[in-house]
Amino acid sequence: MKVTVEITRRPEIADPQGSTIQRALHDLGHNAVMSVRVDRVIHLELDNEDPDAARARVEDMCRQVLANPVLEDFTVKVDG
Amino acid sequence: MKTAVVVFPGTNCEQDVAHALTTLGGEVELVWHREPDLSEFDGVVLPGGFAHGDYLRTGAIARFSPIMAEVERLAEAGRPVLGICNGFQVLCEAGLLPGALIANRDLAFICRFVELEVTDTGTILTGAAQMGQRIRIPLNSYEGNWVDPGNSGRVALRYLDDPNGSQGSAAAVANGEGNVVGIMPHPERGVDELLGSGDGRVLLEGFLHSLVPA
Repeated sequence: MKVTVEITRRPEIADPQGSTIQRALHDLGHNAVMSVRVDRVIHLELDNEDPDAARARVEDMCRQVLANPVLEDFTVKVDG
Repeated sequence: MKTAVVVFPGTNCEQDVAHALTTLGGEVELVWHREPDLSEFDGVVLPGGFAHGDYLRTGAIARFSPIMAEVERLAEAGRPVLGICNGFQVLCEAGLLPGALIANRDLAFICRFVELEVTDTGTILTGAAQMGQRIRIPLNSYEGNWVDPGNSGRVALRYLDDPNGSQGSAAAVANGEGNVVGIMPHPERGVDELLGSGDGRVLLEGFLHSLVPA
């Protein structure tokens, strides 16, 4: 069972890395870029056959450790 | 009165903290992060470094080290708990301090002396200092930019020149009771004028005084 977790920083929290990349893109002439955010993707492989159980387990992991609830939101995608 | 200085894999400031506190008359023991019992200690310091490699997020893995249950117990019992630099990050991840630390505004690792101002003397770190007192000690961090969306932190020290974008220019933050404090610059590296500053002494003396039950 493959599961993908996407961890995104909340929009109201500054993303200095995204801002720096945006400035670099503008310097290269890509002035159409309005905003850049850099997020984190974690790929997990579970020995769990049931997709719903796998999703619930990974969501638990996100709340416990993978995401910081002060800064981040998460989405869990079960790839099968 | 005895202070535990916690050593995680990747901690690298424990000797500096032990040396500083001992020089100031404290009794200190280095304690490995797997230690499950801190009952013989009156307070605890989480020193700087890169606990568990700072993987995932700074402090995110360290907060689950076995010793952290004891750190939480001491915090809840009102005992002094001090996190310096990486230790500050661990305390935020553990939920013992509000907010979180993200990369510095300008994405630069900052390693230089900074000037601070005491903004709250009711904490275990600032109890021996005066309101408005200026403190000059080294800052040495990449993720020192404190954000507190809930605005619930108590700022004990603030930077005079906003080096990293930290909310409210906070350099040190306390919980509501003032017994848990995180500080991003290093007071333990400012205890000897020979090495550039003795300004950290008044902070660590405050910590040592706070070990004595009121």
